[in-house]
Amino acid sequence: MTRIQLHVDGVRYDDDVEPRTLLVQHLRDRIGKVGTVVGCDTSNCGACTVLLDGVSVKSCSMLAVQADGKAVTTIEGLAEPGGALHPVQRAFHERHALQCGFCTPGMIMAAVSLLADNPDPTDTEVREGLEGNLCRCTGYQNIVRAVRDAATAMRDAAGAPDAEAPSEVPAQAAPEQREVTV
Amino acid sequence: MTVTAPRPAPEVGSARRRKEDARLITGQTMWTENITLPGMLHLAILRSPLAHARITHLDTSPALREPNVVAAFSGRDVADTQGGLPCAWPVTEDLVMPVHPPLAVDEVRHTGEAVAVVVARDRASAVDALAAIEVDYEPLPVVLDMEVALAEGSPLVHTDQTTNKAYTWVFDSAQAGTGGAVDEAAAGAEVVIRRRYRQQRLIPAFMEPRSVVVDASADQLTLWSATQIPHVLRFLLAVVTGTPEHRIRVIAPDVGGGFGGKLQMTAEEMIAVLAARRVGRPVKYTETRSESLMSAHHGRDVIQDLELSARRDGTVLGLRVRLTANLGAYLGLVGPGVPLLGAFMYNAIYKFPAYRFECQGVFTNTTLTDAYRGAGRPEATYAIERIMDELAVEVGLDPLEVRRRNWITHEEFPFTTVCGLTYDSGDYEAATQKARDLFDYDGLRREQERRRASGDPVQLGIGISTYTEMCGLAPSRVLGSLRYGAGGWESASIRVLPTGKIEVVTGSSPHGQGHETAWSQIVADQLGVAFEDVEVLHGDTRSAYKGMDTYGSRSLAVGGFALVNACKKVVDKAKPVAAHLLECDVSDVEFSGGAFRVRGTPDGGKSLADCALAVFAAHDLPDGVEPTLDADDVYDPVNFSFPHGTHLCAVEVDTQTGRVSIRSYVAVDDVGRVVNPMIVEGQVHGGVAQGVAQALFEEAVYDADGNLLTGTFVDYTPPSAADLPDIVSDRTETPAPDHPLGTKGIGEAGTIASTPAVVNAVVDALRPYGVDDVPMPCTPERVWQAIQNGGGRS
Repeated sequence: MTRIQLHVDGVRYDDDVEPRTLLVQHLRDRIGKVGTVVGCDTSNCGACTVLLDGVSVKSCSMLAVQADGKAVTTIEGLAEPGGALHPVQRAFHERHALQCGFCTPGMIMAAVSLLADNPDPTDTEVREGLEGNLCRCTGYQNIVRAVRDAATAMRDAAGAPDAEAPSEVPAQAAPEQREVTV
Repeated sequence: MTVTAPRPAPEVGSARRRKEDARLITGQTMWTENITLPGMLHLAILRSPLAHARITHLDTSPALREPNVVAAFSGRDVADTQGGLPCAWPVTEDLVMPVHPPLAVDEVRHTGEAVAVVVARDRASAVDALAAIEVDYEPLPVVLDMEVALAEGSPLVHTDQTTNKAYTWVFDSAQAGTGGAVDEAAAGAEVVIRRRYRQQRLIPAFMEPRSVVVDASADQLTLWSATQIPHVLRFLLAVVTGTPEHRIRVIAPDVGGGFGGKLQMTAEEMIAVLAARRVGRPVKYTETRSESLMSAHHGRDVIQDLELSARRDGTVLGLRVRLTANLGAYLGLVGPGVPLLGAFMYNAIYKFPAYRFECQGVFTNTTLTDAYRGAGRPEATYAIERIMDELAVEVGLDPLEVRRRNWITHEEFPFTTVCGLTYDSGDYEAATQKARDLFDYDGLRREQERRRASGDPVQLGIGISTYTEMCGLAPSRVLGSLRYGAGGWESASIRVLPTGKIEVVTGSSPHGQGHETAWSQIVADQLGVAFEDVEVLHGDTRSAYKGMDTYGSRSLAVGGFALVNACKKVVDKAKPVAAHLLECDVSDVEFSGGAFRVRGTPDGGKSLADCALAVFAAHDLPDGVEPTLDADDVYDPVNFSFPHGTHLCAVEVDTQTGRVSIRSYVAVDDVGRVVNPMIVEGQVHGGVAQGVAQALFEEAVYDADGNLLTGTFVDYTPPSAADLPDIVSDRTETPAPDHPLGTKGIGEAGTIASTPAVVNAVVDALRPYGVDDVPMPCTPERVWQAIQNGGGRS
């Protein structure tokens, strides 16, 4: 057993773990962060994606001990403490970017990381940036739309200097909007 | 005269954002794997490394000496009690039905078959202890190829049987009296086209691995499972285990996709039941992805031999189909019947005068095959849409023109086909015209001409799929006539709570389809309540005790019908209560816009909530009025649902590398009226993606010894975002005349339509190279090889 300390979604956890324990197993089985899921065993599907010190990692592909001393953000820690959704979460909801939702935690975390690297990605950059996350339900089209919408929202919120410039995002036909509380 | 009162905009038809999303985007989802019960133990399963072998020695006792291990057992330990996994679709009287033990007893018949189990305190300990189990196998001859399996002298998959052939099933329009004889059609034909198509083996590859939790403590059996069919499963558990049905509760919590792949009673579910009873504590089993790809049922894997007879003007005279279906080592729950769901669809949207379909189901030493999105209909649609293109080439017509000359025109509905099905509605002309316009069909054809003329190494191909399908499974009498083991009805219950909030109980069991949202929209309109005031309950046999679950694009087509009926019953029950509150005669009460009013009086109405409170208190109800507004309905459909559409695909094929890129894709689908266009579009996107995946990317492959070479997502390759294009999705709307909402099924249409559209495009691009087929999936290697073999220009 090895003693490790993780900050997960803002809470400190000190645990003794078997060195072979995967980060995702530790998150799920010990810390109880079952919002992060396992979809494969070869790191292809990305369902287990979390942020480690702000950068996306597939938590099935690293050991818990490797995360010692680091901060982990899971899908459960993405919304603000008051419950306000992260722009990527909101965009996934608005754009119907999920159906069964099993890939969604990983897909959202990967998208958050993608937008941190590239705040204004093209469709192609989104598709290539999310290549490591498989979805079987949506055909990805609405995921791409959602990520680009979130990018716009995040740039606007950050008051980017070019916020006044014409957006490169093509104007999409606005679907009928209703207020929905989630 | 009807008084029109202001009413909210209708919910049905609006792109409501989904209720389901709130938990799914925040990681608060109840997957089966997330369930932890007090005292729960974990299972690991030892699986066969061989495709066919006799188990000569098996000792689980060494595993019991490993740390944290509570129990270990093999098939032999439970041989007398484990029963067999059921097949609910014995398609013929003489179907060969070998016993399918959850745990192999003496023989294994495919790699991945379960042979022994360890139950331990934690999952890692259970997996570790598998290594301590001693097993010796004596290899037996393996047969993987279905034509070899049918040949004289083939090794037998089931050594206690005399053949690998499970059944032969025939439909002949002359014998059925629904059409002519195909032999006569062929004899009188100017053109006869014969083709062999191969539907490769696919794996549904739902994202959530299968998982099951069983609590068998006390005399109650509670089973949580990542299943599409909690209701069917409860019934089957009663039959297979002998447990009284009223002591069984099955719960499908949030389920992460299915696509037919979770339409099964699985060995793993039964093993978990056996284990829980053995140890007297709750147990959990969750498969790894590798286990899933190896042992969850596969799909397709069919050889199709077609003979199409036609006149030189492109009019089809007859179609003969000989189909060979690889069933795998055992019969799945509905596996033998999957080809039958295609049998009635080979005539597609066309007026064929004569048709004969012969199907043989074959056992091989492979994982069993069963329903996968579309189940039989993608196979049929692929074959007919491919061969219609061949006919077009043969008679020198545009492929859309050949289709137009054969299709049922919109004035001809209802139309009874050569299979005896009555298509209720459709407008193939309208869908095709819309698709043509969105696609710029003529412009792309002109570009294709230019690129052919210039010898462009990157050729443009245009693929067409004018599909229909039969879904909304299904009229129970028809199912009975096909020897299916269950009915096709669906149920809905409405509970009107005292405060006027509504609980809806549906017997269909969603796993990504968005029932909670769509059902809320329907109920909101029917009962005049707010969308937010409706809660939809499903997937738990304790709350939703009656149901036939979700598959075959049936939930809205059948379950939606029951839902509307139940709502109408609620209104009928509320009317006498409203009349009493309004102090009028019940015949003077009308219900519209969510209010009961005295006919002709726009003001002073009573809401459903007023009536609900009145029956709750029940202090002052008219004599004979039951103090509840709750109502149930069970609806058995009178017909299948027949969505249709036209999908057009343009591909660019690099003739030097064989690489295929989809340049544009237009899907125009007619699913009748639409409850939620956002959800429908999502179903089209996802359906098309899976059909494209069959056309270009996916194939389950065994080596010569029966080892699955595509046992991980490294080798079995569902497409990523980078592999797929944006598509244009649009609709035409021909309401289903018999459905109260006018809706048709949409769950499978995209998958059914898209595979032939893509492959037709690939082949179309390569016609100048002498290519008339590329086997699926059309990988660069296969495309390049087809060009080399084509003998056309290089």
